[in-house]
This record gives sequence, C-alpha cells and structure tokens, in this order.
Amino acid sequence: MTAGVAAAVSPPLLRLENVSVTFDGFRALNELSFSLNEGEMRAVIGPNGAGKTTMMDVITGKTRPDSGRALFGIETDLTSLDEAAIARLGIGRKFQKPTVFEFHTVWTNLLLALASDRRPRFSLFARQTPEERERIEVILATIRLGEQRRMPAGALSHGQKQWLEIGMLLAQDPRLLLVDEPAAGMTDAETRETAELLREINRVHSLVVVEHDMAFVRELGATVSVLHEGSLLAEGAIDEVSENPRVIEVYLGR
Amino acid sequence: MQRDAHSALTVGLILGGALLMAVLDLGTAATSALHVPDFVVSLVGKYLCYAMLALAVDLVWGFAGILTLGHAAFFALGGYAMGMYLMREIGARGVYANPHLPDFMVFIGWKELPWYWFGSNHFWFAMILVVLVPGLLAFVFGFLAFRSRVTGVYLSIMTQALTYALMLAFFRNDMGFGGNNGMTDFKDILGFPVSARTTEVGLMLLSAAILAAQFLLARWLVRSRFGQVLVAVRDAESRTRFLGYRPESYKLFVFVLSAVMAGIGGALYVPQVGIINPSEFAPGNSIEAVIWVALGGRGTLSGAILGAVLVNFAKSWSTTAFPGLWLYALGGLFIAVTLFLPRGIVGSLAAGLSRLSQPSAAPLAVGARPEPACHAAPEPAP
Amino acid sequence: MTEGNRGKGRRLGRLLLLCLGFALFRPAPAAAADPFAGLASPDFSRIEQAVEALAASGNPRAAALIDALAANRLYTWRWPRPDNGLFIKEPDGGFVAARTGEKIATPPFPVIRPVIVNDMVRSAIEAARGMLDLLSPALAVRGKAAEALFEAADPASLKLIDVALARERNPGVRRLLLEAQAAARLNSAATSIAERIAAVKVVAGRGDLPARALLASLGSAPSPVARAAAAAVHQIDRTLALWNVLETVYYGISLGSVLLLAAAGLAITFGVMGVINMAHGEIVMVGAYTTLVVQQVVAATFPAFSNESLILSIPAAFLVAGLLGIVIEQTLIRFLYGRPLETLLATWGLSLVLIQTVRSIFGPTNQDVSSPAWMSGAVHLGGLTLTLNRLWIIAFTIATLALLMAVLSHTRLGLSMRAVTQNRRMAAAMGIRTPLVDALTFGLGCGIAGIAGVALSQIDNVSPNLGQSYIIDSFLVVVFGGVGNLWGAVVAALILGIVNMVLEPIAGAVLGKIAVLVLLILFIQRRPRGLFPVRGRAVEA
Repeated sequence: MTAGVAAAVSPPLLRLENVSVTFDGFRALNELSFSLNEGEMRAVIGPNGAGKTTMMDVITGKTRPDSGRALFGIETDLTSLDEAAIARLGIGRKFQKPTVFEFHTVWTNLLLALASDRRPRFSLFARQTPEERERIEVILATIRLGEQRRMPAGALSHGQKQWLEIGMLLAQDPRLLLVDEPAAGMTDAETRETAELLREINRVHSLVVVEHDMAFVRELGATVSVLHEGSLLAEGAIDEVSENPRVIEVYLGR
Repeated sequence: MQRDAHSALTVGLILGGALLMAVLDLGTAATSALHVPDFVVSLVGKYLCYAMLALAVDLVWGFAGILTLGHAAFFALGGYAMGMYLMREIGARGVYANPHLPDFMVFIGWKELPWYWFGSNHFWFAMILVVLVPGLLAFVFGFLAFRSRVTGVYLSIMTQALTYALMLAFFRNDMGFGGNNGMTDFKDILGFPVSARTTEVGLMLLSAAILAAQFLLARWLVRSRFGQVLVAVRDAESRTRFLGYRPESYKLFVFVLSAVMAGIGGALYVPQVGIINPSEFAPGNSIEAVIWVALGGRGTLSGAILGAVLVNFAKSWSTTAFPGLWLYALGGLFIAVTLFLPRGIVGSLAAGLSRLSQPSAAPLAVGARPEPACHAAPEPAP
Repeated sequence: MTEGNRGKGRRLGRLLLLCLGFALFRPAPAAAADPFAGLASPDFSRIEQAVEALAASGNPRAAALIDALAANRLYTWRWPRPDNGLFIKEPDGGFVAARTGEKIATPPFPVIRPVIVNDMVRSAIEAARGMLDLLSPALAVRGKAAEALFEAADPASLKLIDVALARERNPGVRRLLLEAQAAARLNSAATSIAERIAAVKVVAGRGDLPARALLASLGSAPSPVARAAAAAVHQIDRTLALWNVLETVYYGISLGSVLLLAAAGLAITFGVMGVINMAHGEIVMVGAYTTLVVQQVVAATFPAFSNESLILSIPAAFLVAGLLGIVIEQTLIRFLYGRPLETLLATWGLSLVLIQTVRSIFGPTNQDVSSPAWMSGAVHLGGLTLTLNRLWIIAFTIATLALLMAVLSHTRLGLSMRAVTQNRRMAAAMGIRTPLVDALTFGLGCGIAGIAGVALSQIDNVSPNLGQSYIIDSFLVVVFGGVGNLWGAVVAALILGIVNMVLEPIAGAVLGKIAVLVLLILFIQRRPRGLFPVRGRAVEA
C-alpha cells in the first residue's frame, strides 16, 4: 500500500490475506491484509476496537477467522492449527495483562518456557540439563531478574512480571514475537528500558508490537501499521503515518 | 532421590498407625485397656480407602485446578468391579443356592449371566476391571471435556451430572448390578472369609500400604516437571498453550490416573464395609470428598489424607453421639473452611513453618490466593 | 379405570335390552292412561310392560320409581285397590307417594307389600334405565348413553336412536346420537351402500380411537364401503399421530416450564452474578414450605379463604426466600466473590444446614400441600386433555418470567444490576452502590426461587429433599442455555422438557433421563458456552 513493505526476495515471514472475524454481528476484522518480513519489527497502532488484539488472536490460533488465510513462513496456514501447534512453530505471544505462573518461581517459569519436548510423557521424566541452566542464566541477565530467581512470580512487581513474561518468550526462542501493550502501566524509566529490551530482542527475532503510547512507538523506531475498524488504514514510518490526514482523523486527532 | 521429610513423615504415619492398630487388635487380650476392637480396625480400613479418594481429588483439584464433583463415581465403579468378584465368590452359598447366578439375578428371573459379568469370577480379571473401568470412563469423559476446553464451574457441573446419571443407571434392576440393594452378603475374598478378624486386619494393612504407595506416586508426579506444568496449567492455562503445551493432554493424564486411584480405593472399600450400592454415586458423596481435601489443605496431598480421616472419624463419632447434628456439622465445616481456613490444615501449618524459616518462600498450598476466576464470575473491584 | 369400564358395560347391556324391548313392543291400553298402574299388579308381565311404558313416558318421577323398584323399595297395597297406590320407602325408613314424591306422614302399615320382581322384570328395568339415560334431563347422562350406543354400534338400537333424536335439542348430544346412528348403520345389512358410505364419513368425523376401531372392523364390508373405511382409518391415523405429537409437546412444555421456573432464579444468581449457589434448590424448598405454612395459617384463621391461600403464598414465598437470600449474601457469598469454586463448596454446606433445619422443624416426611379447587380438573381441547394444574403452572411461569424481565429492563434495580455486571468499577464510579445491588440481585434470584417453590408444591412432594432433585437440572438449564442469557434459559428448558418427554416413552423414565444427561454432557463438550453464548472480547478472560 505504501512504503515500508520492502520488495523482499525471500517470502514474508507472516502474511494475513483478507482475514475477517465477526462477533455477534460486530466485524472485529474486516478483510485485513498484513505482511511482515523476517527480522522486521512492526508496531501496530489503532483506536480501541480497531482489531489489534483480534489480529493477534487470529495469528496465535485463539480465534478462527470467518474467512481469509494467515500464512507463516512458506505456506503454513495458521488458521488450521491450535495455539500449542502455533507456539511450537515459533510464534510467541505476550498478553496485555502480564500472565505468568504466579505459584512458580521465576526460575521455574523460565524453565517451563524453554524450548523442549512439551509432551506429558517427556515431562514426566525430564531432568534439568546444564544447557538449560545456562540458558536460564543468560535470560535472567537479559531481563534483569537474576536476584529474584527464587521468588514466586506472584510476588514480583507489575513491571517485573512484564519482563518475566518477555523473558519466557525469549526462552521459547520463537521466530516471531507478538507483544501486546508491553508498556502499559509502566513508569517512564521502565518504558524506556522496555523499548531498549525490545530493540535488543529484534536483533535475533521478528516482532509485532501492539501499542497505544506514541512516544514508545517512536522510541522503538519501527515501521507502523495503523488499524481502523478491522482493516489496515495506513502503513509506513512513524513520521509519515502521523501526518496522514486519515490517521489524524480517526486516531491521533483528538 | 532428594530428601523429602514431608513424604517420609506422611508415609511413616500411615504405615506406623496401621501397624499399631493391627498389633493392638491381634496382639492384646480383649480385656486389655490397650485393645482395639475389630470394628475399629475395619473403620480405620474404611477411612484409608476414603483417603485414597481424597488423594485422587487433591491430585486433580489441587494441582490441575479441575474441581471434580463426580470423583466418587470412579470410587464406586472400582467398588462395583470388586463387588462383582465377591458376588461370584459366594457361589452356591447364596439364598437361592444358584451356583452360577448371584441372588439378585435369580430374584429378577434372569437365567444366565450377562456378557459383562464374563470373567468376573477370576480375581485377576476383576482387578483389571478395577483399573480399567474407572480409567476408561475418565478417559472418555476427560478427552471430550478437556479437548473442548470445558473448564471451571462448567466442568464441575458436568462431573456432577455424570455421577448423577450413573446413580440413576445403577438404581435400575436391569443394569445387572443388583439395582437399589446393590451387592452384599459377601462370603470370602481369595478364599479368606471377609468377616474374619485376620482378613479385616489384613485388608486394613493392605489399604494402608496401597495408600502410602499412591501418596508416593502422587508426590513424585507433582514434583516432576510434569507436575510443574500441571500447576502452570492450573494458574494460567492460556499461557501454557501459547508456550506450546497442550493442557488437555496433561489434564487427561492426571484425570485418568486419579480416577484409577479412586477406583482402587473403592475396590478395597467394598470387602471392608461388606456392601456396595448405588448411593455411593450420590452427588453429595463426591462433594463431601472435596471438603475433606479443602479441610486438610488443597494441593498438599498429605492434607487430603488427613482431611479424609478427620472428617470421617468425626462423622462416625457424631452420628452415634449426636445423631441429627451431623449435617449441621458437615454444612458448617464447608462454610467455615472456605471462609476461615482457605489453605486447609496442612497448608496453613506449612505456610506458618516456612514463614518462620525463610520469609519469602513460596507457599505450599494454593488456597491462599483466589482461583483464576472463571469467566462467568464478575471480577470484583480490587 | 376398571370401575368405569364396568359401569359402561352395564349401561350398554341395559341399552341392548331396551332395544330388544322395543322390538317386542306391545301396546298396553290399560297402561296408557296411567303408566304407573301396571306396577301395582301382581302379574309380572304387566309389571314389565309398565316399566317399559314408564321409561318411554318421559315422566319426571320415572327414574325414582324404577330405581326404587330395582332396590325393592317400591311398595303397593297388599290387596289390590282401585287407586293402584304406590309408595317408595326412603332410606331413612319413611315413605313417600311414588307418583308425586310427597311425604306420607303415617305409613300405611301393615296393608302394603313390596313389589316383587323376577328376572324378566329385572331385564326390563335395566333396559328402562338405558332409555331413561337417553331421555334424562341431565346433559352428561344423555351424552354418556349416546356414546355407549356408538361403541356398541348395534343395528338393533337404530329405532331407539330415532326416538331419542326426535326429542334431543342439544347439538352436542345430537351429534353423538347421529354418530351412534351412523355406527349402527354401518353394521346393518339393511342399509344401502350409499347410506353406509355417508355413515363412514360421519364416523370418521370423530377422528378418535373408537371410531378408528369401528372403521377398521369393516374389512369384510362391501368393497366401496371397505375402501372408504380404509381411507378414513388412514386419515384418522394421521390425525391421531398429530394429536400425539401435540400431546408430547404439551407435556414437554409443561416439564420445561417446571424446569424453567426452578432455573429462573439461578439464571439471575449464576447467570447474571456468576455466583454458584448450590443451595438454590433448598431456597426453592423453603418456598414450598412457606406455601405449606401459609396454607396452615389461613386454614386455622380464615378457613373460608383456604382456596385462595395459594395466592397469598406467592408474595410470602418471595419475601421469605428473598430475605433469606439477602442474609446469605451478606453473611457468606459477599466474602467469596471471584472465587467460584469456594462459593460452590460453601453454598453446598449451606444447603446441608438448610435441609437439616427444615427436617428438624417439619420432620423428614412428605408434607401434604393441598391444591385449591380451581387448580384441579382438566380441559379438553380436540384430542388433548390438559390438566388444569399443569396449565396453571405454565401460565404462572410465563407471568413470573415476564415480570422478571420487566424488572430487569425497566426498573432502576434492573438497570443498576446490568451496569454492575457489565462493568463493576465503572458502575461504582458512577455512584451505584454495588454492594447493595449485589445483595438485592441475589435476593431477587432467591425470591424467584421461592416462587418456584410455590408452584412445585402443587406437583411434587414437599419434603426436605425437594431441592436436591432440581439443583442439577437447574444448573444444566442455565449452562445449556448460555450463562447470562435469560432467553437462552427459556429455550433450553423447553428443549430439555420436550426431549425428555420424547425419549421417555421410547426409553423409559430413568433411561430417558440418563439419555438427556448424556446428551447434555456431549452438547456442552461441543458448545461449552451453551446455546446462546455471550461472545466477544469481554468474556475471553
């Protein structure tokens, strides 16, 4: 539609084609098409009810679209898979409200997220390996929770929980990370640190970040897709998009 | 093997207590002050079987978050499987002296055994049924329920409907399980007369040993990575899904295992109480088992055993001492435990102990914190 | 049942004898002047003629006289006198004049004797009674007699039917007589083919089982008649099948309305508030016991109004159950919001306490709550028999539900309730006192449950266990319909009721119930949120 979609040689990592979702007559997604390249970071913005979370739900298999396809990599249709299968393909998701295992320690939270065999018959006899220990140590350092490793996750502060959740996504080692409003409820300092953390993650992983906070989006320096009423309204660099009159009208205006 | 004082203490108490009972019954004169009468031994045996049911409930409720209100159905099914064998053992000693048919079948005019009684005269076959029938039912029910993501209260209501339907079915005479009266008047088990003193003591000791084994199995399970995933599913099911786990497989495994544990409990229960009838399926029984767990401490395993023994002891005692007051006491217990003792006895003790030793350690029991709210429930304003 | 059949058989016998009597009818000039005179004769054949004549005379005293004769209570002069005096001995020992019914002050002892009957006279009496029935002033008696003639379908009765038709004015009985006439003609060799085909039409018009049986027996009749009859049988079968379906639907709706009534309160407490109240059934039970108490109090203080005590029970049960609900909410539920599983356990405990309390006060046995007169009986509608108490309960359910919906959508409480459900914090911020709304909502749900108890007391045993038999069904209705959706509960209750009633004759009551439970379990697997789920992001927690 506009710039930002580079004429990639390799196929895009993620491609939504004319996806529609209806809830009781309400069109949450309306013929939405969306494309993301390998290694890219994309910010998705839009007013409430624009379909941002529903889009995430479709990609992660939580919601089945009424029509359209969601392709991951080369021709893997996500719409026919369940959440677990999609997660095993390499798509991680962070919820808007931090969701961690509150009764487990930070360490166990990360251990459970580490990529390994997820089937019960394996987990019954699984032992922690030295490599697992090593990877958890690395992630603990990245998310700055080394001190709290023995604490139950329920005892962490809100911001720490957000980070632990991001750490769990890293432990999953996904190809694509979907992050829903990571900066919600954070202090300014935490917000800045989070932006930095996401940029760091982007060196290895592709990212889709849903966010409201324009300052945060600016800090990410990512290409921006604007959703409105379930379809793509505009796409491009942040400055380009924020001057688009349609975007100003529906979103930035007031 | 890691050091596990909790397990050692629990197993020690179960086995030690049972052995002491056995010695005080068989080894002392009836006039001795230390003598334990026979009826107490079979009562203790009964409590131990209930403890297996409680353990099974705690495994699914405490660790997988499945509030089952139908677990007594698995207990009763195990009991019926054992009852079939015991009925066949009676042979020609029944009232109608029919060598092939149990009395109740003669009474309703049946001429031959129905196909599903085939092989029930063999002890080993009956034992396979004890495991298979509850396990299979749990598998089918769990497979359907967990796959379609029925959770929370919905699942509870469905488990209750399940046991209710089974109760109605077993009340029917033409089910071939004795209808209203169930099965009783057993004579012997593997050649030992069921009402003999030594058999009673033996069954009680066997129950204690199997309970201890079940406890160790459950304890090992919840401390494995499997158990960690289970708790993760309990606390944030969708998160485990997005991490790539299939919660339904975990729940199904633990649900079936738990049903089999309950079934074994039921199988041991029947020869000790001497009867099995459809009232064992009554929805109230299953809910009562849940309160044993809640009282002892949800998610502690040992608490479930303690709760089962305590409540049933109180029940035996008060129904003779204060008949009519038991329902008040039981009802009050439900209310008091949920309002004032959400962690249960063992949970509160453990929390107190760990607060003494290391202030920030994870609490052992789960009752301390609200459930992950079911979507039917309004979120209360914080 | 057998009692009724025996009565019918006797009536039929009388009628046939009566027909016989007509066939042998002989004029009796002496009797023509005074139909009673022959009864005073010592000659049995004259008595017999007199009985026949009396029956045909239409004299208002005929029935009393013939009854007295049959019971050996008719007396006459020991020695014949010209006035042919006849006296009836009353059960109390006194005498009345047979012709006028006037009391006789001094019984004419010892100059009278009972009129004796032999078998011949007895037959005549039976026949006369049949005739009297057909000519009786009471509509119902005439109807029954005509119906009996239809079922006999005896050509010999044609003449009698003609006599009755000539006198009959009531259109309903006339129709029955015409049908009886048609039935008799069908079996009469003397009737022409065309007339018989016309008769087939008349009989087929009844469309019921006796008509079908009669028509089905005509296989050996001349072929045009047999063909017409076969076609008519086919038609009747279709009509009967339709009535059968309608009857099943009616029973289903009736059961459904009971389920709905029991579940309506739960649709509020569970569906709207999300509170798992396992003591719901016991609140219903309290409502039923309130009905009992109100009934006893009214019977003791204003016995004249005991028929209306049920109406008083409705507000009483609502208040008692509603207040109980508010107390429960304040002392128990309030502390457990957001913890559905704990609520479930605590309210289960509460249900045990309530059961035991009621058991200690009223005893464990079934209590007798009587139904008012205006609720007993039945209405016939085509081929349907609708019992009045079921009809009342259906109407009552509709009224209760309409009221409930009105409260939810048109009152301030309803508005606040919906606001609190949808967004508790926002509602609180707008000044709604959410704790008060919670308490009142729970009270409303319990009050509705209490009203359900009033209705259930009319069709079920009132015992401390009343509630337990409804709790699982009620939850299933709410879950099946979709939580938070009152209309869903309505549809679910009706479907459950009808499916239950369809399965019952196929599988038997218990198996049918089990089948319904299994079907429901399977259904909830497929649609975990029920028939009409509330969809969208709000519920995706």
